[in-house]
Amino acid sequence: MPPQPQPPQPPTAGSKVVLTLTVNGEAAEVAFEPHKTLLEVLREDLALTGTKHGCELGECGACAVLVDGKPVLSCLMLALECGGASVTTVEGLARGAQLDPLQDAFADLGAAQCGYCTPGILVTARALLDQHPAPTRPQIEEALAGNLCRCTGYLSIYQAVEQAARKAR
Amino acid sequence: MLPSRAMTGKAVGRSVPRREADAKLRGQARYVGDVTMPGMLHGATVRSQVARGRLRAIHFGPEVRWDEYVVVTAADIIAAGGVNTVALIVDHDQPALVGIGDIIAHREEPVVLLAHPDPHALEPARRAIRLEVEPLPAVLTLDDALAARTVVYGEDNVIKSYGIDKGDVDAAFAAAEVVSEGVYETGAQEQLYIENNGMIGALEGDVVTVWGSMQCPYYVQKGLMKCFGVGPERARVVQLETGGGFGGKEEYPSILGIHVALLARKAGRPVRILYDRGEDMAATTKRHPSRTRVRSAARRDGTLTALDIDFVLDGGAYATLSQVVLSRGTIHAAGPYSVANVRVRGRAMATSTPPHGAFRGFGAPQSIFALERHLDEVAHKLGLTPEALRRKNFVTKGGELATGQLVRDDIDLGALLGSALALADWERKRTDIAAERARSGAPLRRRGLGLATFLHGTGFTGSGEKYLASVVGVEGMADGRVRVLASSTEIGQGTQTVFAQIAADALGVDMADVEVATPDTRDVPNSGPTVASRTCTIVGKLVETAAHTLRARLVAAGLLPADGGGDLRAAVQRHLATLGPLRALAQYEAPPYVKWDEGAFRGDAYGAYSWGVYVAEVEVDMLTYEARVLDFVAAQEVGRVIHPVLATGQIEGGVAQGIGWALYENVVWRDGVMSNNRMTDYIMPTSEDIPPIRVLFAEAPYPYGPFGAKGIGELPMDGPAPAILNAIEDALGVSIRRIPATPEVIMDAVEGAGASNGDGAGAGAGVAGAGVAGAA
Ligand code: FES
Ligand code: FES
Repeated sequence: MPPQPQPPQPPTAGSKVVLTLTVNGEAAEVAFEPHKTLLEVLREDLALTGTKHGCELGECGACAVLVDGKPVLSCLMLALECGGASVTTVEGLARGAQLDPLQDAFADLGAAQCGYCTPGILVTARALLDQHPAPTRPQIEEALAGNLCRCTGYLSIYQAVEQAARKAR
Repeated sequence: MLPSRAMTGKAVGRSVPRREADAKLRGQARYVGDVTMPGMLHGATVRSQVARGRLRAIHFGPEVRWDEYVVVTAADIIAAGGVNTVALIVDHDQPALVGIGDIIAHREEPVVLLAHPDPHALEPARRAIRLEVEPLPAVLTLDDALAARTVVYGEDNVIKSYGIDKGDVDAAFAAAEVVSEGVYETGAQEQLYIENNGMIGALEGDVVTVWGSMQCPYYVQKGLMKCFGVGPERARVVQLETGGGFGGKEEYPSILGIHVALLARKAGRPVRILYDRGEDMAATTKRHPSRTRVRSAARRDGTLTALDIDFVLDGGAYATLSQVVLSRGTIHAAGPYSVANVRVRGRAMATSTPPHGAFRGFGAPQSIFALERHLDEVAHKLGLTPEALRRKNFVTKGGELATGQLVRDDIDLGALLGSALALADWERKRTDIAAERARSGAPLRRRGLGLATFLHGTGFTGSGEKYLASVVGVEGMADGRVRVLASSTEIGQGTQTVFAQIAADALGVDMADVEVATPDTRDVPNSGPTVASRTCTIVGKLVETAAHTLRARLVAAGLLPADGGGDLRAAVQRHLATLGPLRALAQYEAPPYVKWDEGAFRGDAYGAYSWGVYVAEVEVDMLTYEARVLDFVAAQEVGRVIHPVLATGQIEGGVAQGIGWALYENVVWRDGVMSNNRMTDYIMPTSEDIPPIRVLFAEAPYPYGPFGAKGIGELPMDGPAPAILNAIEDALGVSIRRIPATPEVIMDAVEGAGASNGDGAGAGAGVAGAGVAGAA
């Protein structure tokens, strides 16, 4: 049974709160200022800079991470809301040298060009495949509709998700 | 420069694993926002906030403890003996910061720079600064710029003009059987790379150094040198991983690089500025808006006898790159056609908006849009199909383009068109659509087909490559591998992979034996900017040449057999141990036939062209007037394809940007600034807006490109908009002459019978029977 979320602590100006959560499978205790978003805590307090910021207004999807397996926009979520939760970022997809099948497929098919949208797209696609091991094209399009990519035109991304799904079967 | 040897290697032409991929996919690639330095401060920019005026004073409010902040103004530049300018192609142009008494030329001009250890402390300070400005009249539209009642630049607001003259245009019009005319407009386009602009500055001893997101490290260095009054040894620029560029990080990083360096000098500590999305969208460069009047003379059989084109760009408040954007747009205005009499007049006008700049295609998409839209109107008027009209006029190998350039490329546009139409299933779809129309008088959705044919010059325009005189190096390393030294940047297109492929095959070794250096002006020579579809073909050719030279040197030293093969690693190590450093440089030389007259705008504008035929199938919802692309075919001849997956990615990505430009991406201007500067208010295509895109490469190797490659990155921006708008005309029977063709524009055209379109004497914009607009 997953640990129960801790109730949010009242923000105290200048002081930090301490929170326990699971990040990429490992328990982490982190102290941060209570107004910080999950995105800021991941990047600034946990040094996980793989998760990107493109707008910090919930409009681009670059900051997507998984919280308890579901994609969320980490720029819109207060880190305080994540007590006890399990957070997965792009850094948590590979097992050491072994890339996730999605990462392999992205590499083969050129689905990451500048790579800036890629972390958010990878984790969002991971959640899709965990829920639907054989997604249809419309399911992929819909799942990724909140993740903007200016480089690829999306087609290679769809193909990579499909290839990863095929290989997993 | 020698033509490429016909050498087949193991890497070129194959989709080898991409070098840059691993770190990006693991989240380990370090972009500027991911890099911090000890003691680093955070910086912000205070901007002018008036479209035009004279800065009288800067007031720092008492509510802020200013001693906690580092504050930089124009006075700091002058006090340190520098020049207050952002040196770009035009040496003295926009200031790095507007000083007291200076003119404010647009609303987003930087005036004050701030830095503080806490990024959250910047916004209150920014708000506590009040600028005292004497207002001056501004020029907010292209019409106002052309009318020149208010002059904001030079004597008449003209930043630059160019002309092309071929044959006797007036005589051809006098004798014309059919004359057509129309005015075509394109809007600004926001870059919308997903990583905003950002930069870090620091002093390393007496060397001012900046790291950041950029396309052109040596442009930034040039800016630093001028503004700081130092030589190249005291200005260092290093590219970090860059989250997309498209032209948007060609010139703006020079401004930002200067800003962080100024703050760092004053602070004595590193300073980083990261723009947020709203600031990046409002302040940085966009695609130039354009207005093009096309007049054509044709015979009834479809032969074009004359083109008379007036091409106008909105350059914004400073010259920046407008003259080079204008020159490319002017040269591409007459398309891939053989027309005996051509006149093109190109002008870039100044207005009071932030300067428009480089964006994939660089002026060519604008003028190509106008011509390709116009040709469909001419075809309808003559009762010809769009493809028949184009076939009648295609330039062929040996034929003459508008500048008098003879086509040397092994191009057969008729065949490329045939392949594209076959892949698009054009004939069958046309029959189906005709049957659909016959069945139902007023369907809720109307389908249409459209195409565009075009060319795109490879590398800098005219004498540009000669002036750049780019240099690439290849050197031996201690472990026996070789390293490619170039300032060309990886911005998503796979530069490092492509250079490694070319070097490996030229040396006859494995790609694992080749490293590609990080662009750092301290370590790599100036291989020119990463723009103009030049990296693979122009710089790649230099990589190939330098690699050949390095190999030849090892052969001459008796360390490698002359007839190929041998152990390169051992040879490099022997050389380093016994003969010393091993480094070969190659410098650009134009192909021997290239002759360009800059004054007359005649001759070989480019060493080669890439060629495209794009086909769009579009559906318009007659209730909402939304247009949607259902299917897309992109056929092109780009010389030898070095890496099929990367090349296809360039085409698909470019087509997606073209779809956005054609249908969705609408910059709303208010008082000379973009007012919809949010990603929810400015709509770029999402995953649900992109149709299947089928990409076809015809390959005719170019002897002066590496292994036969030509330019590729910009080409796919040229074709989508006219193909899509031609398809909309086919669907609606109304010619729309303006993009983006948002639902409002389509509704105006359908319901207002084209009244809002700039209309001309010949082909009208009026509603006509299915598929026929403006019948003569
Ligand atoms: S940074 Fe979170 S959606 Fe853009
Ligand atoms: S790969 Fe550049 S934004 Fe998606």
